[in-house]
Amino acid sequence: MAYKTIIEDNIDVLVAGAGLGGSGAAWEARYWGKDKNIVIAEKANINRSGAVAQGLYAINCYMGTRFGENNPEDHVRYARMDLMGMVREDLLFDMARHVDSAVHQFEEWGMPIMKNPETGTYLREGRWQIMIHGESYKPMVAEAATKSADKTFNRICVTHLLMDDAKENRVAGAVGFNVRTGNYHVFKSKTVIVGAGGASNIFKPRSVGEGAGRVWYAPWSSGSAYGLMIEAGAKMTQMENRIVLARFKDGYGPVGAYFLHLKTYTQNCDGEEYESKWFPELSKMVGKEYLDTEGQHLSHKPIPTCLRNHAFINEVAAGKGPIQMVTMEAFQDPHLEEIGWHNFLGMTVGQAVLWASTDVNPKYENPELTTSEPYVMGSHATGCGAWCSGPEDISPDEYFWGYNRMTTVEGLFGAGDAVGGTPHAFSSGSFTEGRLAAKAACQYIDDGKADGINVSQEQIERRKVDIYRPMEHYKVNRNEIVAGDVNPNYINPRQGLDRLQKMMDEYAGGVTVNYMTNETLLNIGLKKMKLLEEDLEKVAAKDIHELLRAWELKHRQLASESVMHHTLFRKETRWPGYYYRGDALKLDDENWHVLTVSRRDPKTGEYTMEKAPCYHLVGEDEE
Amino acid sequence: MPTFVYMTRCDGCGHCVDICPSDIMHIDKEYRRAYNIEPNMCWECYSCVKACPHHAIDVRGYADFAPLGHSVRVVRDEEKGIISWRIKSRNEEMDLSLVAPITTKPWGENIPQLSDAPAPADDMRNSQLLYNEPKYIRLDDGGLHTLESNGLKLKEGVYY
Repeated sequence: MAYKTIIEDNIDVLVAGAGLGGSGAAWEARYWGKDKNIVIAEKANINRSGAVAQGLYAINCYMGTRFGENNPEDHVRYARMDLMGMVREDLLFDMARHVDSAVHQFEEWGMPIMKNPETGTYLREGRWQIMIHGESYKPMVAEAATKSADKTFNRICVTHLLMDDAKENRVAGAVGFNVRTGNYHVFKSKTVIVGAGGASNIFKPRSVGEGAGRVWYAPWSSGSAYGLMIEAGAKMTQMENRIVLARFKDGYGPVGAYFLHLKTYTQNCDGEEYESKWFPELSKMVGKEYLDTEGQHLSHKPIPTCLRNHAFINEVAAGKGPIQMVTMEAFQDPHLEEIGWHNFLGMTVGQAVLWASTDVNPKYENPELTTSEPYVMGSHATGCGAWCSGPEDISPDEYFWGYNRMTTVEGLFGAGDAVGGTPHAFSSGSFTEGRLAAKAACQYIDDGKADGINVSQEQIERRKVDIYRPMEHYKVNRNEIVAGDVNPNYINPRQGLDRLQKMMDEYAGGVTVNYMTNETLLNIGLKKMKLLEEDLEKVAAKDIHELLRAWELKHRQLASESVMHHTLFRKETRWPGYYYRGDALKLDDENWHVLTVSRRDPKTGEYTMEKAPCYHLVGEDEE
Repeated sequence: MPTFVYMTRCDGCGHCVDICPSDIMHIDKEYRRAYNIEPNMCWECYSCVKACPHHAIDVRGYADFAPLGHSVRVVRDEEKGIISWRIKSRNEEMDLSLVAPITTKPWGENIPQLSDAPAPADDMRNSQLLYNEPKYIRLDDGGLHTLESNGLKLKEGVYY
């Protein structure tokens, strides 16, 4: 094929994927690396890319330390409780102690942050959330990142990381192709910060047809953070910890501002509160320490997100659906009504479109909610991602190997969805993680750790052949059939995605099986997953756009296989309401109060699983 | 719900192609105008709608759950620093106009160029501080929060 090879050499810091995490990394890297060559490779256009592309109406992670509102450890304890204990508290503490400085800088750049007229502090939606007019959140952050970078390459789909041929397990850059020109791009770099996204669209969605685009997490979040790092042999953690969202039905519009600020609440078809009746039984499943039906209101511990989902799912299964959000009271106040609509327009316009099309006026009608298909990501109320080193002054030995946010592959760093064990980072925390990774990456280079990197011509040529194989395969086999997409020698990316989604749904706990799985199902699933992996060697792309979809699919498949292995390994039900292990329906702290860590051998594709200790922040004097 | 493009308004300038995060706004080869090539990968994020200089792009709700006859239109103005929305329901009983700021400052003038910031000294490099810190991260004049400063330790085991 006539595509050019374009080589970008002598890069110091390559940012692969520039959403909030990658943008934070590129921006901060310039400060620590005045003389360094900083390059961004972004799949879309950095001005509207990543999960924040359409904007946000809240920043969900802000401590308010300067106003005396919270300390970092308060947020760590909250995230720990919400995730049923399974978090990396060193990384969380580190993120929380820096996050406020990011938010205040956003304000200096012009981000409209709402103020509390009485106190002058930022207007709180909840304990951790502040309200913003964030339609232009991404363009603003993108400008900061672009200003810091030497070069920003838009429309580059990064497909693989380059590995050093001189030293085992050391990163040496990345490769990909331009989705407009088709050209092959090689980025030789001393360090790579993966800021790519988590995974939507790996479980069969509730929607059929067009509505499959209205996923909760962006459809362009193709699990590339995981696909890239797993393929390079980086260890992953907590990949079983997929998230299910209780959201407005079909449009998946956010509910945070409704619950916290508008003070709306949910009810079943009879207009009754339903959560509390499921809690006594659930408390037996997870233990009193995680859900204390009598003491919860006294302890001020919020009820974990997954457990509230559990009540929702069971109430619907008991025939008491739909669950509705009671908006009719709050929306009588014109100010709150306006906020309710702005909340959608600022971050999920599709929900406004849906209500307009179905004549739902929340002033006169209580809208329906639903529980979504599962998503795999690491910055909302879940913590999938790479097993990363923490900061030197906080992390215990098992969590520390020299450089903050560096994965188990040398020179390979992560931010945002890419980093495991750090839920509740959201936009501001992801940006902060990028900053931390950038500082560490510059230090890594200054310490001479990237010296002597060698990328062989063989590797560059081999990856080129890999990348274009789907187009080559199409060309070779297309004319065997008259027309159409049914071909005995290939499947197209959409057909492959459909198969992946069906498989994940039925064997790994999707919506059609009410989030249920077990060992037998997962073993069958893994067998089918292997066959899909083989078939993806025969995925066919008729043009460059389909080539993009083919590589997104391959990243989704790698992420999905990891999810299955992790789900099989953790033999307990840690997060009822996210998923259930039917053969181990209880939370088991005796055996499973640990983090799960996996590695896929890049040569053989074999998985090894291990348990890593779970450290918690406690008072100095506590035993 | 994907987006669609009005034939008579589009001049094929390609702003939507340039901005679409999902790479689904393409130029039709025959008509030389833009269209959505993959509606089931459209998030209805409105990035293309906002970017279109001719207001040629609109959204028709996802066919599998959104009935016809609604309208959510938008104008985004960087110079004025505002975004204006109009929502009309199918039954025409609801007609809302909503305006929100997108910035508090003149667009694009207030983001610092970090290469102009003074280089960090060695003690800054050897600390845990990031650019511009410890500004904004403390109530008092102290430095960064640490386990020691907050009376904490990390301990292996089961804690709630």
